Amino acid sequence: MKQHWYNYLWICSVLYFALGFFNILFAWLGLISFFLPLIFAIGKGSKGFCNRYCDRGQLLRMLGNQKGFSRKKDMPDWMKGKAFRYGFLLFFLTMFVSMLLRTWQVSTGAATLRETVTLFWTFQVPWHFASPAGATPWVAQFTFGLYSLMLTSAILGILTMLLYKPRSWCVYCPMGTMTQLICRAKAGDSDAEKKPMP
Amino acid sequence: MVIEKPKPRPPAKRRAVPDRDRCVACGACEAVCPRGAIKVWKGSYSVVDASRCVGCGLCARECPASVIAIEVIA
Ligand code: SF4
Ligand code: SF4
Ligand code: SF4
Repeated sequence: MKQHWYNYLWICSVLYFALGFFNILFAWLGLISFFLPLIFAIGKGSKGFCNRYCDRGQLLRMLGNQKGFSRKKDMPDWMKGKAFRYGFLLFFLTMFVSMLLRTWQVSTGAATLRETVTLFWTFQVPWHFASPAGATPWVAQFTFGLYSLMLTSAILGILTMLLYKPRSWCVYCPMGTMTQLICRAKAGDSDAEKKPMP
Repeated sequence: MVIEKPKPRPPAKRRAVPDRDRCVACGACEAVCPRGAIKVWKGSYSVVDASRCVGCGLCARECPASVIAIEVIA
């Protein structure tokens, strides 16, 4: 397969997790992965981000296809179903809001900064070594939260890449599901059959 | 005795048929198609250009949601 420049965007994923290991403030960059797909979807009604420029998608494709780490088996039906996809999106959004809430609590002094990365919304992993000296506590709290979400979802993505198809994560990725919903709403009643391929 | 050579049968025409409803519009199919025959339409689902698709099945193997069937046509 011909390689395009965007096939190398997986490097961004690796850099992201590496930088967050040294200084958690780099985790703010993770917001790009939230805003870019939404800009594509809301602005252009396109999944261009998923289809080409997502570093996560490229990472899973590279590991699963190029490096051959994937078993390339079908995912279980429940995992591909709408109930799970929409349920996971809701769960993810709830966790995102709870992270914002905690950030707000830290900013008002109602809670103190927790220098841990939370994996799978449960396990607290000490991460004080990457804590930025002298940063405003809520700023640091937000980055710990964002990094936790990014790392948890990357681990889930890699696990399902190994077990099933390389880009299995993209079936239940909350950003993928959300942007598809937006695009479908924007496409409305129009139909690909009536207007053939671009 | 003359053994007649069997006439070569024309190869069955195959074509990719994605399931719109269950497609997650990830574009993994688009990325592997050697003929540029499958595209994600308006971020909603994939559509196949029947005149370009040769039914090789690469997209079907790649699709993480396993929603592409390779159907024999004619
Ligand atoms: S579904 Fe998620 S991980 Fe996959 S390409 Fe889209 S944003 Fe990236
Ligand atoms: S079957 Fe082959 S030619 Fe047809 S859309 Fe899939 S990858 Fe492309
Ligand atoms: S790979 Fe499968 S789920 Fe993804 S866009 Fe193509 S048909 Fe849809």
